[in-house]
Amino acid sequence: MTETREAVIKVRGLRNQFGRQVVHDNLDLDVWRGEVLGIVGGSGTGKSVLLRTIVGLNKPAKGSIEVLGVDVLNAPDIERREVETRWGVAFQDGALFSSLSVLNNVMAPMREHLDLSPALMKALGELKISMVGLPPLACGKLPSELSGGMRKRAALARALALDPQIVFLDEPTAGLDPIGAAAYDELIGELQRALGLTVFMVTHDLDSLYAICDRIAVLAEKRVLVEGPIEGMTEVDHPWVQEYFTGPRARAAQVKGQATGQTGAG
Amino acid sequence: MNALPPPFVSRDAGVVRIGGALLTSTIGRIENDFAALTAEGDVVIDAAEVSAFDTGGAWMLADLKTRLGVGGVVTVQGLAPAYEALLANVEGAIPESDEDPEGPRGVMAALDQFGRKVVHAQEAVISFNGFLGETLVRIFYLLLRPWKLRWASLVTHMQDAGLHAVPIVALMGFLIGIVLAFQGATQLQRFGAEVFVVELISISVLRELGILLTAIIVAGRSGSAFTASVGSMKVQEEIDAMRTLGLDPIEVLVVPRVLALVLVLPILGFVANLCGLFGGALMSWIDLGVSPGMFLTRLYDNTGVWHLAVGMIKAPFFAVVIGVVACWQAFQVRGSSTSVGQRTTASVVQGIFLVIVLDAMFSIFFAQMGI
Repeated sequence: MTETREAVIKVRGLRNQFGRQVVHDNLDLDVWRGEVLGIVGGSGTGKSVLLRTIVGLNKPAKGSIEVLGVDVLNAPDIERREVETRWGVAFQDGALFSSLSVLNNVMAPMREHLDLSPALMKALGELKISMVGLPPLACGKLPSELSGGMRKRAALARALALDPQIVFLDEPTAGLDPIGAAAYDELIGELQRALGLTVFMVTHDLDSLYAICDRIAVLAEKRVLVEGPIEGMTEVDHPWVQEYFTGPRARAAQVKGQATGQTGAG
Repeated sequence: MNALPPPFVSRDAGVVRIGGALLTSTIGRIENDFAALTAEGDVVIDAAEVSAFDTGGAWMLADLKTRLGVGGVVTVQGLAPAYEALLANVEGAIPESDEDPEGPRGVMAALDQFGRKVVHAQEAVISFNGFLGETLVRIFYLLLRPWKLRWASLVTHMQDAGLHAVPIVALMGFLIGIVLAFQGATQLQRFGAEVFVVELISISVLRELGILLTAIIVAGRSGSAFTASVGSMKVQEEIDAMRTLGLDPIEVLVVPRVLALVLVLPILGFVANLCGLFGGALMSWIDLGVSPGMFLTRLYDNTGVWHLAVGMIKAPFFAVVIGVVACWQAFQVRGSSTSVGQRTTASVVQGIFLVIVLDAMFSIFFAQMGI
């Protein structure tokens, strides 16, 4: 089984440091095609830094990163840009362009990278907005006129604009109410299945981990401490992991995750 | 990565063959071919050769189905099951096309626009007057209770808007004096009345130009800074946060800024006056041979202190106008950072405009009073 899976992201020996503070040291990570990988870890363990490093917003001190077979740290610009069109990033607070309407936000990457007629771009933009569950009315609105949950959905629509193979999500459900968060989880799961996406998700939300993540990577001690399906996490002998996955909130999430799993199967 | 086969579409009687990589990144190449297909009776779409498919391709196929469906029954054959699911997903998500409601056109549109602008302008005037009143009430309230004033903030703004503006204001005043002396000299020489250049310079600088140009510089320099900084706070919801904490934003943000301008603008105006006289005296000496001693004597004899007073009296009024306009504009910021930019521009333009209007009113007033 291990032979058939293909690593779309391969991180080797990564070292990140800010001044004298070392965030990652000798970090290895693989992300397989078509999986939803959840990155967890305590505050300050560098989850977001890892995401930013992979998408090229932060230059590591050492190590190599390969995305879709391209060494993104050393590839020539043209190759890098090509890879960039094949991933989408949804930032924590949306990071939508505040002066553009939602539709124009989604169309912005298409304008830059695709050679399509304006009418077709508009149709595809509206399709993406509708796919993330926003009403057609939202198209013409400015980001400041949307609620937090809608902004996150709009950010996801923009991340999906170019039909990427990999989607990076930074704390997608942070700041959402439980119902909104569950709906967002479901949306990510649905899109992932429908579009065959690989999802790299930094999250704190135990419900999300149980509901949609195929695999979990725990960041601790400056590296990926353990990785694997969530069922195995309670067996790991590490104080932080134990506390995280066997605490009262984790148990509640586990019960809920199993319940939704059963209804999903039935 | 292996090269993807290019997308294609071809029509043969009732069968449309599509294939290749139908991806968002490639459909641009066949967009026109798809658009050229028109509805003609029953159609079978043969999609057996589709080798890559994503939402872009799915949308093209769904759109084709809808368009050809007008002429008869459309069936899709041979699409791989995984792609079939994606197609169903996309078809379900395509929003119903809703035409924008038609607005008025032509003359009516222009009238509509004009009406809206009039109403907005009226609302703005009312809102500005309300804000001005609120600020003045707060200032008097705080002057009676000086221990409640934000002294640190006041001093900071005095430093930013006052001390740091001294070099530019001084240079501006000096150059204005030179320009006046130079222009006056060429005109007055024709009448042999060179010596009147002293009055020309002193009266125009002291009464009008010194303070007016200083106010314009301060409106551009500090008015814009006030609007941008307070406007950004508005965007970040800091002002709402203040209200919930029981802090009055006018008391915390507006009063120190307006009061700082009221205190420093007369000083800056005075600096501009001095530099203007100095520049004028220098140029008169060089160009007309009016010695500094003679310049000073004529200044003492023929320029009453009221000329200086008329200029200085206007300074605090200008300061209030600039400060209140800047802060009011900042409070009108809505939502995004673009709005901050627009409001900053509006703040400078309106500040300068209102200063000039006020100056004209003062001129009429002083003329009527015979000062």
